[in-house]
Amino acid sequence: MASEAGQQHPLGIYYKIWILLFVLSLFSYMVDYMDVQGFWRWTLVLIFMALKAGFILAIFMHVKWERMALVMTILGPPIVLLLLIFFMAVEGNYTESARVQYLGHDANQAPAHVEH
Amino acid sequence: MSQSEAVANGSPTAAGMTGFVQDWKSDKQTYQVPWGKAMMWIFLVSDTFIFSCFLVGYMTVRISTADPWPLATEVFALSFFGSDPIPLILIAIMTFVLITSSGTMALAVNFGYRRDKRKTVMFMLFTAALGATFVGMQAYEWSKLIGYGVRPWSNPWGAEQFGSVFYMITGFHGLHVSAGVIYLLIIARKVARGDYDKKGYEIVEITGLYWHFVDLVWVFIFAFFYLL
Repeated sequence: MASEAGQQHPLGIYYKIWILLFVLSLFSYMVDYMDVQGFWRWTLVLIFMALKAGFILAIFMHVKWERMALVMTILGPPIVLLLLIFFMAVEGNYTESARVQYLGHDANQAPAHVEH
Repeated sequence: MSQSEAVANGSPTAAGMTGFVQDWKSDKQTYQVPWGKAMMWIFLVSDTFIFSCFLVGYMTVRISTADPWPLATEVFALSFFGSDPIPLILIAIMTFVLITSSGTMALAVNFGYRRDKRKTVMFMLFTAALGATFVGMQAYEWSKLIGYGVRPWSNPWGAEQFGSVFYMITGFHGLHVSAGVIYLLIIARKVARGDYDKKGYEIVEITGLYWHFVDLVWVFIFAFFYLL
């Protein structure tokens, strides 16, 4: 708990989370390296991302041990971003369909490969 | 009496939602933390919105363009000593460097509260060095992409927006890392000089919050821009 000494916790938990973040980063890199595509790429990448972000916030940034008033201030406002994401996704899809339908864009082209 | 002690003495004890109501209900200080920490958190929440604007903007242009999006896995591949290009390897190394720096920062905060000044300064300097390494690798990445002909308005592989999104988001993040390195060096110097011996070492935690936030933002950039 937050006491007179501030946020003091045993060192062990930092080492554990540190290792966990390494492993999760390695997993997300492996998703790309093994060329996983489609549904599983999105699912795995987003799960590993959420876990990493959660552990950094909760342990490294001590949110887990803060009082609820501060936790709500930190995590509350960003929730409205979900609404922004939703609206902009709808808007983006509409724009793309308009470009395909009225401007004759082809939405099924493959990107050019990169020459190293 | 340090600031946190003063705060702790008058603080309500209930946790969870009861504590939330206790902290907000009466006409008194709401946040039971040193003011510097509360202000850093409020700054970070506002910074969250700035980065979110960039990432949501990226999502919108990527959804709305009918042109194919360039393959990040190929764009950021790198070959060593004439090997086949390894996909996304530079970004993976950058990610590991940043996570390592977050770990060393967490240790610096911990040693700060243990009042181990020498180790605190050492780990802060180590963190700053890793941050500078990250920025250096990013500069290399930028120069490589500029060499490929990636511009904010065009690139050789597909949707034109790729370049503007890349330079904007990684540039703004890199700016945060650079600012963080300077911030760390300033605070490390002040810690070493003994400025906080009486006041307490909360400042190290506040610096740490900023640094972890930079790492946190990278988690999202890594996932959305480089992997998806």
